[in-house]
Amino acid sequence: MNRIAIALTALAVGAAGFSGAAVAQAKEQFIPANGYWVGPYAPGGSGFFAGMIDYMTVINERDGGVNGVKLTWEKCETEYNNARGVECYERSKNKGPTGATVIHPLSTGITYSIIEKATADKIPVISMGYGRTDAADGRVFPYIFPLITTYWSQNTAKIKFIGQKEGGMDKLKGKKIVNLYHDSAYGKETIPVLDVQAKKYGFQITHIAVPHPGNEQQSQWLQIRQQRPDWVILRGWGVMNPTAIKTAARTGFPREKILGVWWSGAEEDVIPAGDAAKGYYAAAFNLPGTNHPVMKEVLKHVYGKGKGEFDDKSRIGSIYHTRGVVAGIITVEAIRTAQAKFGKGNAITGEQMRWGIENLNLDAKRLKELGASDLMQPLKVSCKDHEGGGAVKFMQWDGRKWNVVSGWIESDQSIVRPMIEESAAQYAKEKGIKPRDC
Amino acid sequence: MLYREAGQFKSTYGEDQQIFPIRQERIAVALLLVVAFVVVPMVANQYWLSAILTPFLIFALAALGLNILTGYAGQLSLGTAAFMAVGAFMAYNFVLRMPWLGAIASFILAGICAAAVGIVFGLPSLRIKGFYLAVATLACQFFVLWAIQRIGWFTNDSATGVITAQAIEILGYAFDSPERKYVLTLAIVAVLALLAKNLMRSGTGRAFMAVRDMDVAASVIGIPMMQTKLLAFAISSFYCGVAGALYAYTYLGTVEPEAFTLDLSFRILFMIIIGGVGSILGSFLGAAFITLLPIFLSVLFGAASHTFGLDISHAIVSNIELMIFGGLIIFFLIVEPHGLARLWQIAKEKLRLWPFPH
Repeated sequence: MNRIAIALTALAVGAAGFSGAAVAQAKEQFIPANGYWVGPYAPGGSGFFAGMIDYMTVINERDGGVNGVKLTWEKCETEYNNARGVECYERSKNKGPTGATVIHPLSTGITYSIIEKATADKIPVISMGYGRTDAADGRVFPYIFPLITTYWSQNTAKIKFIGQKEGGMDKLKGKKIVNLYHDSAYGKETIPVLDVQAKKYGFQITHIAVPHPGNEQQSQWLQIRQQRPDWVILRGWGVMNPTAIKTAARTGFPREKILGVWWSGAEEDVIPAGDAAKGYYAAAFNLPGTNHPVMKEVLKHVYGKGKGEFDDKSRIGSIYHTRGVVAGIITVEAIRTAQAKFGKGNAITGEQMRWGIENLNLDAKRLKELGASDLMQPLKVSCKDHEGGGAVKFMQWDGRKWNVVSGWIESDQSIVRPMIEESAAQYAKEKGIKPRDC
Repeated sequence: MLYREAGQFKSTYGEDQQIFPIRQERIAVALLLVVAFVVVPMVANQYWLSAILTPFLIFALAALGLNILTGYAGQLSLGTAAFMAVGAFMAYNFVLRMPWLGAIASFILAGICAAAVGIVFGLPSLRIKGFYLAVATLACQFFVLWAIQRIGWFTNDSATGVITAQAIEILGYAFDSPERKYVLTLAIVAVLALLAKNLMRSGTGRAFMAVRDMDVAASVIGIPMMQTKLLAFAISSFYCGVAGALYAYTYLGTVEPEAFTLDLSFRILFMIIIGGVGSILGSFLGAAFITLLPIFLSVLFGAASHTFGLDISHAIVSNIELMIFGGLIIFFLIVEPHGLARLWQIAKEKLRLWPFPH
């Protein structure tokens, strides 16, 4: 017993010592991979970070890094838990020669928890397609980047898509839409913007909450059946998604009338539902598949050399995997942009990285060079606008794979942007932040 | 050899009844406090302060609260996280709506609100016991979260239900850095732990223990059942409420109601089971075990795979960590069912005889 205790203590002390010492080497750019590989949300976390790391491996293997600066990373398990996420953030922020370059928390809750810390530490946070929507106002949130599309933008695109399906936005009048949401900060985020749109277009909106984790939805779907809505917007996450689709099938609600957000639109969300998922729609800001030139590079330079993250090769090119690749592209391109200003071939700091993200311009030409033209939309970030893109595509599950059924549907910034600015201004007032001039 | 009370004579009742009757213990505790208050904030880095020590102290306080109720008064509760949620959200509202109160008064009022909720949900304890009571406290867990999520007043009508803790300022001194937040947390936890220790040595504490050991006998010797049980609920919830307020203000900064789920209640219950039911020290040891061990394991595995160049998939490592954590819990419960506090006590008894055990 005593010897075990001593051994454990020695190990613990050793581990603690290790965690404090950063391995300092020049010409390295450290990007933490604080994600989750266990628990109910593991498919999302493991897929996303596999994509991001695979893309960074491509850059290291093919180009020898970004202008010669090698990309390094270290994984830290957050379990999708805010407390562990903060612990990982604190652990990773001083590693590498210049500290953490950028953080991808991949959790709305963790994003909220580190907004103030990261701003104080001058480390940019990219919350791509999740996180705090009003952070798109870069004047109030200088270090937070909800890139590509925020939840609110996505939502306006979604209503536009429903309008298209119904034959015009004027046809939305008098329609009934149910917003079935995960009862968390993430799930509740779109309630205000839906209410605004309901008023504008004259449809009737009902918000129905599903308690975490969402593996029991009988009563919610019973309520939906009583209401007989024209559409159900599924704002789910993890196990809630296949459960919703299966329960819909059991209560006889047509799946062609269910529209999921992009966190409800991965292979992992529909395959467990089996045939019940046929015809289900979901939003996407990145597209799946291995046919994109950049994905071929991943296959050639990473999996061809046996350096890939996935043991299960069938997950290559899945939605979460390509979403991670998009995150990798954005991260690398922002580093490139920052290096162009602050010195090519040098490791950049978090503050310089912020400049890089703020001046990131991924136009159609650059996307073509990167081989990601069909993978993602062009992106132009500015000091004022920390979102950049804003458009959404929609896919339909045919029982075997996702088929794209729309073009890039632009979001309605005339609704979203004033709400973002109002919300951000309120935050600035509460916190005593003086918005930057942009 | 060093740890021996020979030669320490007690000539007054006061000396006989002090918390630490042995001089060596008094010195050790004083040293520990000096280290915690002075040395740690000076030497520890931000990671240690804000990601390890502060949460450890906050969870220790919550475990202490539960220990008063479950360990001393014998009332099993699964509503700990709900009481913490009351504390966190009420502290936010007091600071928001009555800014002139100041942080400390807001924390205390938040604790009192939690105590009021505790009394209401403690009422079933007058009729039911044991596991049935635990199920009754589950109602508290679900009701409180439901109310916070549904009633906009609690979150100041935040659309997402997330609140952001305001800056803390006490007597013009801003507690904004990790060091200062740590010291504030430590001060509150130290004072409350001292109060708890003394409370348990007082008549009230003895009444709690009498109720725990046999409530029929306790009522026969004249301990008022209702008053004692509800007092236990109130004090316990007060501690949990203050812990919740600290969780929001000195630890995470932003809080969503989902942080206070049943999972957290169970975690705190495990802390006192592992640390030692009915022991102040046990609350701290249990909190250390449950909050710090997973982090140590994850750092340890990171170090091991780095040093030995092992190429194991991270998913497997993460799962192994959970398995080892579970295994260690079972191991400690088999080795010492009375918790880590009992192990510490045995160690002290051995130390008294060392190095001549015969």
